[in-house]
Amino acid sequence: MTVLVVGAGPAGIHAASSAAGVGADVVLVDSASRPGGQYHRQPSDAPRTGALAVVDHPRVKWMPETWVWAVERTDQGFRLHAQVGPADAPGRPCIALDGEALVLAMGAYDRVLPFPGWDLPGVYTAGAAQAMAKGQRVAVGRNVVVSGTGPFLLPVAESLLGVGARVRGVLEAGSPVRWALQPWLLRGSLGKIGELAHYAKVLSTGKVPYRTRSAVVAAHGADRVESVTVARLNHDWTVASGSEQQVEVDAVAVGYGFTPQLELAIALGCRIQRALDDSDVVVVGRDQATSVPGVFAAGEITAVAGADAAAAEGVLAGLSAAQSIGSSIVDKQVSLIRRKVLRKRDFARALAAVHPVRSGWQSWLVDTTLVCRCEEVSLSAVRSAVVERGAAGMRALKLLCRVGLGPCQGRICGRNVAELTGLPDIPKRPIASPIRLGDLASEPDGSGG
Amino acid sequence: MAYPDVVVVGGGVVGAACAEALTRHGVRVRVCDRGAPAAATTGSGEGNLLVSDKEPGPELNLARASCRRWPRLLAELVDEIGPSLADAEWEPKGGLVVATDETAAAPLLALAERQRVAGVEAVVTTDVRGLEPHLAPSVAAAVHYPEDAQLQPVLATSALLAAVRRRGSEVCAGVEVLGVHRGSRVTSVRTKNGDLPCGAVVNACGPWSGRFAEIAGSSLPVEPRRGLVLVTAPLPPQTVRHKVYDADYVGTVASGSADLVTSAVVESTRSGTVLVGSSRQRVGFHESIEVRVLRALARKALALFPVLRGVPAMRAYGGFRPYTPDHLPVIGADPAVPGLWHATGHEGAGIGLAPATGQLVAELMTGAEPHVDPAPFRVDRPALQGRALECA
Repeated sequence: MTVLVVGAGPAGIHAASSAAGVGADVVLVDSASRPGGQYHRQPSDAPRTGALAVVDHPRVKWMPETWVWAVERTDQGFRLHAQVGPADAPGRPCIALDGEALVLAMGAYDRVLPFPGWDLPGVYTAGAAQAMAKGQRVAVGRNVVVSGTGPFLLPVAESLLGVGARVRGVLEAGSPVRWALQPWLLRGSLGKIGELAHYAKVLSTGKVPYRTRSAVVAAHGADRVESVTVARLNHDWTVASGSEQQVEVDAVAVGYGFTPQLELAIALGCRIQRALDDSDVVVVGRDQATSVPGVFAAGEITAVAGADAAAAEGVLAGLSAAQSIGSSIVDKQVSLIRRKVLRKRDFARALAAVHPVRSGWQSWLVDTTLVCRCEEVSLSAVRSAVVERGAAGMRALKLLCRVGLGPCQGRICGRNVAELTGLPDIPKRPIASPIRLGDLASEPDGSGG
Repeated sequence: MAYPDVVVVGGGVVGAACAEALTRHGVRVRVCDRGAPAAATTGSGEGNLLVSDKEPGPELNLARASCRRWPRLLAELVDEIGPSLADAEWEPKGGLVVATDETAAAPLLALAERQRVAGVEAVVTTDVRGLEPHLAPSVAAAVHYPEDAQLQPVLATSALLAAVRRRGSEVCAGVEVLGVHRGSRVTSVRTKNGDLPCGAVVNACGPWSGRFAEIAGSSLPVEPRRGLVLVTAPLPPQTVRHKVYDADYVGTVASGSADLVTSAVVESTRSGTVLVGSSRQRVGFHESIEVRVLRALARKALALFPVLRGVPAMRAYGGFRPYTPDHLPVIGADPAVPGLWHATGHEGAGIGLAPATGQLVAELMTGAEPHVDPAPFRVDRPALQGRALECA
C-alpha cells in the first residue's frame, strides 16, 4: 500500500514524513533535483537538514527530477504518468507510478500583472528573482526594484540584498496597515509579527525604501529594462495622477500573489472553488480530503497561506492518506494538528483580506501592451475578439485571438485575461507538463489502463 | 425588439451557417446558445473540409457543395463585414491519404477510383516525397485530393455570426432554450428570460440534439462520439504541408464501434502548431482524457511523420461529435412537430458540411429550389426510426 505525494515543498515533505511515520510506504516526486520546493531552496551543495531529511527515510522513495504530466484513476487507486530527467531533455524515460492514496502538494507560482514594458528582458517574477538568488547565488540585476503585493516581497528583497544587488525599493501596491485592524485574524500567527520585524530591520540596514500604495506601472528600455515608472496608487489601484516618477533600474521583480497549480487536481475531477484572493483552489475537508475519495491536498493549492500553513496541512494530509489505506493513527495527534491547520487557515484569510489585487491595474495597460507574451497578443487584440468577434467564453476567446495558447498554456495570463474580459477561465490542462511525441509514443503498453 | 421568424438553437458552426443562410434569404433569426458560441464541438474541431474520406453518395455530394461554398461565402463576407472579421484561415492545402502497407493500398486505390467516377479529383501520386518531404519512407500508396481544405472553425463561426448580426438579427450567448410551445405548430420557445415567439425552431445542438429533440416533443437518435486531438509546439513552416492521414481513417469514420478507434490525421495550422488526431469513442458525455488514447495518437502520427519525434505535445483537448447510426447528417423539417427543424448529426464533418447544410435548410424553409437532394438527410428516413437513444 503506497501513498503517492506530488510536490516536495513544505507541504509535500511533511506529508511524506507523516505518512511514512505511521508505517505507509511513500513515493515522493518533484520536478526539482532537491527537496524543499521554492521555500527551502538552497544551493545544490547544501546539506539536507531538518524536514528535508525525509528523503532519506527508509519507507520514502524519493524521486527527484520527476515531471508528472498526467494522472489517472485506476481500479486500485491512482497512476501518475511521469518523465524522469532534467527539464526539456530529449528522451527522458516515461514511468508510471501506482499508489492507493494520493497527496497533491504542487504549490503555486507567482502571479504577474501585465504593464507596458513587462515583456522586456530584465522583468522577472519575484519567485524567479528569489530562486536565482537562493539557488544559484545570482542577482537578476545590480539595481533592482521589487513591486507587487503581499508579504512575499520582503524575503525576495532580502535574497536580492544577500547576493549584492542594490534594491531601489519595495513597492507594495496594497495598504497593509490594515493588518492592525484585523488582530482576530492574526491570533496564533504571532510568529509572523516577529518575521515582519526581522524584515523591517533587513530593509532598514540595506537602506531599502518600503512604500505602500505604490507600484511599477511601466518599464522602459530599448533591448532591456533601463528604467521604470513608479506611481502612487489610488485605493482601486488606478494611478494617482501626477505621481509618476522615473527610476533607473536594470531589473524588476514582480509578484502579485500566487496562482495554485491545479492541473492534476482538475484532471482527477477534484472540486475547485474561488478563494478570497480570487485564485482557484482545491476544496478540502478537515482532514485535507478532496472531493475525490483517496485524494488529499495540502499547501498552497488549497489556499495560499505560506510555508508554515503548508507544512501543517502536509502533516495532516499525510496522516489522512496513510489512514485511508489502513495505517492506524492516534486521534490525539490528529486533533492537535487539525487545530494548528485551522489557525494557519485564519492567517490565509488575513493575508487575502489585506492583499487583494484591485481592478485598477487594468488601467495601467495601453492598447499595445501584450497580455499574452507567448503568443504576443495585445490588449486591443483581446478586446476586439470580445467586441468585434463576439467571444462569449474563454475557449472561443483563445481560438479567436490565440491568447493563452502558447508554451505556458495560459499559466501566466489566464487569470489576467479572465479579469480583463469577465470570461471565467477553468485551467484545464490534461497534459500537465509538455511531453515529446516520441516519449509519449514510447510509454509502455499496459500503463494508462 | 422585433420577434424572430426562426430561433436557431446552438451557436456552433452548423447553427451559425443556418442563421447566415436564413438571414441571407431575408429571414429574421435569433441564435440562442446556452453557453458561448463555437465553444463546444466547433471549438474542439480541427477544421476539416474533406471530400477524400467520403464514399460516393449523398454525404460526398453535400461535402463537395460545401467545399465549393466555403471560399465563396468567406469572400462574400469580406464585403459585408470586412477582411479582418471574415478571415477564417481558409487554406486550400489539399489532402494526402497514405496507405502504409500493401493491405491498405488496394482499398485506398479502389476508393479513389470510385470517387473519380463520381467527379472527385483523386490523384494517385508516385512522388509522395515531393508533396510531403518529411513523410515516412514506408508508403505503399498515396492519393492526393486537391479539393480538401482547412479552416479555423472558431474564426469561421464568428465570421458567420458577425454577418448575422450585421443583417440585424441577434446572437444570444448564455441563453438556453428550455422548452418549445406549440399548438398545431411551434409558436414560441421558453428561455430563462421568458417566452420568445417564433415561427420555427432549428435544432443545431450537435451532440446534444437528441436531448433537444426530446425537449421539443420529438426524438432523434443522435449520440455523442468522443474525439481527442493533440496539439504540438509550433514547428517551422512547411514541415507538414497537407492534411495527411492514414488510409485506415476512412474505415474509422465509417465504423459504428463504441470502442476506441484511432487513426493518424496530421496537419499544421497557420500558427505553426501541428494537430494530431484522431480518435473516436462512444463513452457518453464522459470528459476525462485517457493516456492510452494520447499514446495511440502519438504512435500513429510518428508512423507517418518520424520527424515529429522530438516535438513536444503542449495540450490535448477532447470534444463530442454528433453521431447518427447511418453516419449521415439530419437536415430538414421534423414531420412529428410542425415548425421544428433539425440540422445536426454531422459527426466529425460539421465544419466542412456547414455551409451547404445551412443553405439547404434555408432553401427548404423558404420554398426555394434545393441545391442538393435533401431526401437522404430527411428526418423520417428508415435508418433513424425505431432506435432508442442509447446514451442519455
